[in-house]
Amino acid sequence: MTQINRLAGGQIDRHTTLNFTFDGKKYQGHAGDTLASALLANNVRLMGRSFKYHRPRGPLTAGSEEPNALVELRSGARQEPNTRATTAELFDGLQARSQNRFPSLKFDAMAINDRFSNFLTAGFYYKTFMWPAAFWEKIYEPIIRKAAGLGSLSMQEDPDQYDKGFRHCDVLIIGAGPSGLMAALTAARAGKEVILADEDFTFGGRLNSETHAINDNVATDWVASSIAELASLPNVRLMPRTTIIGAFDHGIYGAVERISDHLPIPPADKPRQILWRIYASRAILCAGATERPIAFENNDRPGIMLAGALRTYANRYGTTAAKRVAIFTNNDDGHRTASDLATKGVHIAAVVDTRPDAPSGHNYEVLKGAQIVNTMGRLGLTFAEVLQADGSTRMLECGALGVSGGWNPNVHLTCHQRGRPTWNGDLAAFVPGGTLPPGMTVAGAAMGDFSTHAALTSGTQAAATALGVKAVNVPLAEDAPIRQTPFWYVEGASRAWLDQQNDVTVKDVKLSHQEGFRSVEHLKRYTTLGMATDQGKTSNMGGLAIMAELAGKSIPEVGTTIFRPPYTATAIGVMGGRMRGKDFHPTRLTPSHDWAKERGAVFVEVGNWLRAQWFPIAGETHWRESVDREVTATRASVGVCDCTTLGKIDVQGVDAATFLNKIYCNGFAKLAVGKVRYGLMLREDGIAMDDGTAGRMADDHFIVTTTTANAARVYQHMEFVRQCLMPDADVQVISTTEAWAQYAVAGPNSRKLLQKIVDPEFDITNEGFPFMACGNITVCGGLRARLFRISFSGELAFEIAVPSRYGDALMRRLMSEGEEFDVTPYGTEALGVMRIEKGHAAGNELNGTTTALNLGMGRMVSKVKDSIGSKLSERAGLNEPDALMQVGIKPLDAEQKVTAGGHLMNEDGPVDAAHDQGYVTSAAFSPTMGSMIGLGFLKDGSNRTGEKMRLVSPVTDLTIEVEIVSAHFVDPEGERVRA
Amino acid sequence: MIINHPLLGPRDSAEFVYLGDASLLNRPDPETASPKDWHDYGYLRDNPAGDLRELWFHEGGDRSMLVVTRNTLTHDITSVALARDVALKLGAAL
Amino acid sequence: MHDLKPITALGGTEPRIDTIGGVSLTEKPGIAFASVTARRGHEDACRAHLADVLEGPAPGPGKCRLHDPEAAFWMGPDQWMAGAPIDSHEDLAAQLKTRMGETASITEQTDAWVCFDLQGDRMEDVVELLCNINIRAMKTGDATRTSIHHLGCFVLRRDPANWVRILGPRASAGSLHHALLTAMKSAL
Repeated sequence: MTQINRLAGGQIDRHTTLNFTFDGKKYQGHAGDTLASALLANNVRLMGRSFKYHRPRGPLTAGSEEPNALVELRSGARQEPNTRATTAELFDGLQARSQNRFPSLKFDAMAINDRFSNFLTAGFYYKTFMWPAAFWEKIYEPIIRKAAGLGSLSMQEDPDQYDKGFRHCDVLIIGAGPSGLMAALTAARAGKEVILADEDFTFGGRLNSETHAINDNVATDWVASSIAELASLPNVRLMPRTTIIGAFDHGIYGAVERISDHLPIPPADKPRQILWRIYASRAILCAGATERPIAFENNDRPGIMLAGALRTYANRYGTTAAKRVAIFTNNDDGHRTASDLATKGVHIAAVVDTRPDAPSGHNYEVLKGAQIVNTMGRLGLTFAEVLQADGSTRMLECGALGVSGGWNPNVHLTCHQRGRPTWNGDLAAFVPGGTLPPGMTVAGAAMGDFSTHAALTSGTQAAATALGVKAVNVPLAEDAPIRQTPFWYVEGASRAWLDQQNDVTVKDVKLSHQEGFRSVEHLKRYTTLGMATDQGKTSNMGGLAIMAELAGKSIPEVGTTIFRPPYTATAIGVMGGRMRGKDFHPTRLTPSHDWAKERGAVFVEVGNWLRAQWFPIAGETHWRESVDREVTATRASVGVCDCTTLGKIDVQGVDAATFLNKIYCNGFAKLAVGKVRYGLMLREDGIAMDDGTAGRMADDHFIVTTTTANAARVYQHMEFVRQCLMPDADVQVISTTEAWAQYAVAGPNSRKLLQKIVDPEFDITNEGFPFMACGNITVCGGLRARLFRISFSGELAFEIAVPSRYGDALMRRLMSEGEEFDVTPYGTEALGVMRIEKGHAAGNELNGTTTALNLGMGRMVSKVKDSIGSKLSERAGLNEPDALMQVGIKPLDAEQKVTAGGHLMNEDGPVDAAHDQGYVTSAAFSPTMGSMIGLGFLKDGSNRTGEKMRLVSPVTDLTIEVEIVSAHFVDPEGERVRA
Repeated sequence: MIINHPLLGPRDSAEFVYLGDASLLNRPDPETASPKDWHDYGYLRDNPAGDLRELWFHEGGDRSMLVVTRNTLTHDITSVALARDVALKLGAAL
Repeated sequence: MHDLKPITALGGTEPRIDTIGGVSLTEKPGIAFASVTARRGHEDACRAHLADVLEGPAPGPGKCRLHDPEAAFWMGPDQWMAGAPIDSHEDLAAQLKTRMGETASITEQTDAWVCFDLQGDRMEDVVELLCNINIRAMKTGDATRTSIHHLGCFVLRRDPANWVRILGPRASAGSLHHALLTAMKSAL
């Protein structure tokens, strides 16, 4: 028999039957069900095991505050742990499994923990796993990890996609219950841009769970007509299935919209969820209230749930948790459940009301001044034991027990910016108070306005006040008075659960108090109360109340912990959005990328850029063969390297030269038009920031190049100097990095190659275009280009730039025209080898710790002008006689390997930090030298040429003998570059 | 956070690069400053629990440097100005 | 006349066009760009020159001047990006420099950008998934810089208003195109 617990009515579509499985067993439910309501309809109360003691558990609630009914949904890579059965929308084919049990939900071996619960009380971890420390990693932690935790991960990549998006509104309304709908109608009719978000898949909030009338019709009719009106307005966006997870600074809200969670798999190209960043001028929090339980002995058996949840299952989902139901309440709201269920034909065993003056029921028995002191039923409730007012006990046979301890306003989002709720004695609950997030107003039950009439009224009034618009007419609705008399736990109970997910009992709170952990923050951490995935939505209040009682203080004196984002557990995937895998960051490609790919280039990531690292040719089996060939061929004839990625910044203005004088430690004011100069940029503290060249294209126009890695940072630094330090100077800077494709053409035949493409009216002979010349030219019959005679390789070399769209064509032309010279494209590895051979510093040397002095450029720091970093680079500490100086390093035995990161030690003496002489920054095999070579920094290095030293690297277990040489291994006199 | 840009209006702070204390604008006069002045400029920053004048670079916007007065406890932003205007008032010289 | 063949930012010889759900994404390679920044003390003169070229006032913060053949949008204080058809204005930077002389610094920007037109009735739904612009409040003639998947882009709302032009860094044209297309598939 299926769905034996179905009742009449509800918002489920009985014409649509959905098949699903739970722990492999087949069941049926209807469209509009949640997994929990469908399971209850099938008389399944046991849905999970608790975290620590593995106690059998069923749902406590019918919403997102659920601590117990956490299940795994789906299978394979889409398996998702810790999903609340109470919010999971049923769909056809849904597979669900219980978790945290072995081998089965009904027989769980770890339930033995429950027997040892005396050892597993609050502070168990702190007390037990203290000693010996060495046991932690190998023994304790693996055991705990195996035993603890709830669901399991698929260990496969998430096949779904997630989006991030951005929305703006005049007012964000959080929650679409009576107050939220009224707020939305108020704002929408006034023409405001409105977003109405609700975590549920059906709008209406608590009205869906009640039998109230609004304007003498069923409340859901009013909900439907309100939603229809809102949906018709262009200034309103309705966002169902959307949880506002956080209230961030200045009206920014995080929202997770579940696009496809109610479908077996997302439709093609559609995301599973979207993380919206909502910019809201105002927000109205209409998040409703959460019912709070009462703690009593064995109050955690499947079938025991909040009374309001039983009512939701009956009224909204047309289901009851059992045929015989009892109610345990301290307030009138509990009676509503009894009345609604009785009306639907459910047998009410009794309403146990703690109040001697409790009202009587017309269709159920009320035990006034009574309490439930224990329950029975191993895998599900069978009996509840009642202590009656007269001291006698009575057993109530029931399969479900609804508990109501009153309602707590959902203040969570009001706390996200450290706002602390305040105690309302009339309601015996914390209400929003203190400092709310700027722009936020709270209305409805979230503000403590519990009756339907009060919620409707406060919704429109909150919107009217917040937005300065007219309130709308409030429809007729019930306005029952609220009586909430505190009753937190049954005296004498010890294994009475407060936090059902983390298995925190009344006894644990007492222990925490006894052991001195009395502040609410300590209580939380010591017992783990409220630290589970539900953030203690149903449990915190009880714990605080008991601590207050033990401490002899009032609840407001004890205070409350506050809540952090996210409001409900949020998939990590949605935080990443589309930024994963190769889309983690954008990729930058140079204009000749496709050409390089055709040539079989191996690429390397340099920041976001992809650069050709080397170009293997047929027969080469090791990258070194390719790189050695590229270096040798370039030095022998001509090579071409794509250097588009270097930062290029256009600096213009009457004061451009003055500006560069400030930016670079060396002088630029006297640089002639048509000339390039190397420049070293310092940070204000005297440490080298970046280096590059600046070519003077006109008196008031320079083209500055930066290293690939530092382009953005140098640009930012320039804007800082320009706007903050030289605000009245006439300087304009703008990046042009991507506008130009730029190629280094290097080697003794580089001029001959370029002469074949540079238009004949431009003289690029050594006389007409000497070393460090620059200028505008044309190539290939009239294409505008820029030519710079600069060299990173140490060879006769040029850099030629053309508009990016022609980069591909230019590269192909250089290759075809260069055939007669055996032109060789080279990648970043050969570039690196050649610069090390030439002794040019690069990122490894400009590593954030080195000064101009260290780099052998101390004399470049001009004394005749002020520049950024010049003053602090004069500090004594940076100018000790034994300061590190850049040197070259050569192994005595050419077969030996030089490694970057190795440290230099004297030939004799101890090898330790105290005797450290310096370190190697760059190393490469030099085909030119026939051995590995290195660049590094050595104390007093400029005076130690020829010295034999040891290069040690304890990490790689390396010790070799090296000789200190000039950093300029190739052409130290610079004859080639001037050829 | 939202920074109310003097030219562009409210903009998400995610568009900006944070550059720290706006005392960076008060670069010592190289003609007259003492080593201590340089040390203080380079290394000393206040760390108030309250209002702090900060420098923000609108990298994802108009590339303006802004001087933003922000309360480090509440994130309240009480004033925003173009750093260039602030620097001009300081009479920063070349 | 040189004989080198240009390629588009996406690497093709022809611009790429994609259409999804009534919204089209079109690569626009045919526009020349040049940045115009007023020289100190020449701000008014620079603005006047620009107004002359644009036959209307130089756009203020957050605005663009949609005009043929030359158009411009505001980039920063006293700074604009001018654009014009490349067929007639390949040397736009030089043309502007000749005209504006010492009143402005002009920098060629033609190949620094990839340009996409996104057009269709549900264009706003796509933009919402891409950047934090309040696209629904954005009007024809508005222009703003924003970040799309970590890429600094300009978004210009054109006429008709179901059309935005997006300028992004050319080297990341592929990544930007992927982001735009993915958002179109997701939203439409």
